[in-house]
Amino acid sequence: MNNASTSSAPTTANATEAEAPVSPFPLHSSPFGPSSASGATVRAVNDEFHGDLLEISLGPHHPSTHGVFRMNAALDGEIVTKLKPVFGYLHRNHEKLGETNSYLANVPYTDRLDYLASLTNNWAYVHAVEKLAGITPTERCEYLRVILGELGRIINHVCLVGFLLNDLGTSFTPLLYSLRERERMLDLLEELTGARMMYNFFRFGGLRTDVSADWLARLKHYLEGLFARYLDEQDALLTGNEILLARTQGTGILKPDLAINAGFTGPGLRASGVDYDIRKVDKYSIYDRFDFRVPLGEHGDTYDRFMMRMLEMRESVKIILQAMRDLPDGPVNDPKAKSRGLRPKAGEAYGRIECPKGELGFYLISDGTPNPYRYRVRPPSFINLTILEDLCLGQTLADTIIILGSIDIVLGEVDR
Amino acid sequence: MLGLGILKGFYITAKNLVGSYFTTERLTTLEYPEVRAKLPPASRSFPFLVYDGDNPVDGLRCVACRICEKECPPQCIYIVPERDEKGKVMKKPRIFDIDYSVCMGCQICVEACPFDSIKMDNIYEIAVRNRYEPLLMHREQLSKPNTYFHEINPVDAIEVDTRLAEEKRKAEERAKAAAAAKAVAAAKAAAATPAAPADAAQTAKSAPAPAPAPTPAKPTTPETK
Ligand code: SF4
Ligand code: SF4
Repeated sequence: MNNASTSSAPTTANATEAEAPVSPFPLHSSPFGPSSASGATVRAVNDEFHGDLLEISLGPHHPSTHGVFRMNAALDGEIVTKLKPVFGYLHRNHEKLGETNSYLANVPYTDRLDYLASLTNNWAYVHAVEKLAGITPTERCEYLRVILGELGRIINHVCLVGFLLNDLGTSFTPLLYSLRERERMLDLLEELTGARMMYNFFRFGGLRTDVSADWLARLKHYLEGLFARYLDEQDALLTGNEILLARTQGTGILKPDLAINAGFTGPGLRASGVDYDIRKVDKYSIYDRFDFRVPLGEHGDTYDRFMMRMLEMRESVKIILQAMRDLPDGPVNDPKAKSRGLRPKAGEAYGRIECPKGELGFYLISDGTPNPYRYRVRPPSFINLTILEDLCLGQTLADTIIILGSIDIVLGEVDR
Repeated sequence: MLGLGILKGFYITAKNLVGSYFTTERLTTLEYPEVRAKLPPASRSFPFLVYDGDNPVDGLRCVACRICEKECPPQCIYIVPERDEKGKVMKKPRIFDIDYSVCMGCQICVEACPFDSIKMDNIYEIAVRNRYEPLLMHREQLSKPNTYFHEINPVDAIEVDTRLAEEKRKAEERAKAAAAAKAVAAAKAAAATPAAPADAAQTAKSAPAPAPAPTPAKPTTPETK
């Protein structure tokens, strides 16, 4: 694919003579550009190919956009010359609601942000409140949180791998295998928390309930048995597959400096070779006690982003097994730290953790009342999406679909 | 080598396909309406109200303290306490509605209730023809016997029952002590009439009922429990 010739906007010298003085790519997305009169195909003359430019709108209801999300693309033949993400179809007023709710009542709402990784959302919010109110979780709770958080990461990455391959057009099989494993993990989580997706399990200074030894043993048995087999199988099925390599290697390259400037975080950033993982940088919770590697990519292409997830899952399994080995006895909830009726002293706090998708942060201001004065979410999906256009310019339309898939977004988090 | 990855892929899918006929471990689906998944005891969908004994109205444990109403994040619980003929608030709900179309099954009401009177159900087939009224569950629909709770979540139900029995025993002991104190106070009052007020104030602190006054016992506020 010839990036150089297509990524710059084609000249429109001849178009000046055209009757209607339309801008070359009037994308009819109201906040991002002027609306076109017809609303349908917009034609402009392209010097180089004497072809037509086609504006197409992907989504907001299409499986390829992973939710209610719309991409407006201008195509020159098959090549994307302009692309605008359009957000906001799922807006639920999350942040404003957060300011009218008590601190505890926000926990179930955070489940709904990134509904594929509720556990880590709970954790990030609870972490921020603990910072604000000066609560220290108990030792056993910290270990259990690491176990659950890493399990959440695995569940998220399993989904991503499946959906990404589905975006590639592998029909169904890898997705089915991925969802099968996810179901098995959800069975375990349902037994523990009572719900399959909206766990509402973290409390300030602890967890809602303790975890039984039997449950942990079954989780261990699963991770070492069926799940290890899944990882090997998926590796054999995909990692060396010629079609996958041809489709993903060299597409959607993300340069490290662009990624850093745009605030890109998570596995996508590490695929570009930037060694930045909040678990290592911030050492929140007890991550400094575990021995694990942060995988890094080289090229920053779609393949590297895919591989990052595969490698991270193996690392997460390692962390979980270590945490289970070292799990201390003791109370899971500090009896002094109460969840209900929490009134932190006036002040502010920003708590962030490494979510499966990147840095998830909660910024809270307290004025001493039972609900936050200001409640703000820094969602990884939203910030990662902002450079979608840079990744897609010069790629074919089919590639933009997998590039979007490899960014790993959940729209609940994008449109809070 | 070109093509090897694809062949490998075929091999793995074939293995999975054939394997699913032989190993149950590879089978993960159920033929739903006929076969149902066994729900774990902790599984939760919507709340219901627990009643003891046979009467779904009088047996309700709920005292209409409205704590759950206040704590519910999407505010989908509506409670109006019962009033007697004189208009005095009674410890019973006249209206207790939960809007199932708003409820998000978060279990915070269950955690908040100090009287163990609201618990999580595990029903999931609640389809109705209209989105509004039929999903607004009233007190009658929400009341379910304690035996039902034992059925769906035996572990928690037994724990709750023992705790409630313990509390009841303690309350009875306290009542007995209060009655004894009252008798002593009454005896003292009979002996020396002006000495009563100081003692009465003391006993009132430990006992739920104000000791010497002839007024009816004040209902204990939930906060003191
Ligand atoms: S489960 Fe949650 S949303 Fe539903 S009634 Fe209870 S507190 Fe409200
Ligand atoms: S908190 Fe419990 S006792 Fe109070 S109103 Fe709610 S269900 Fe009834």
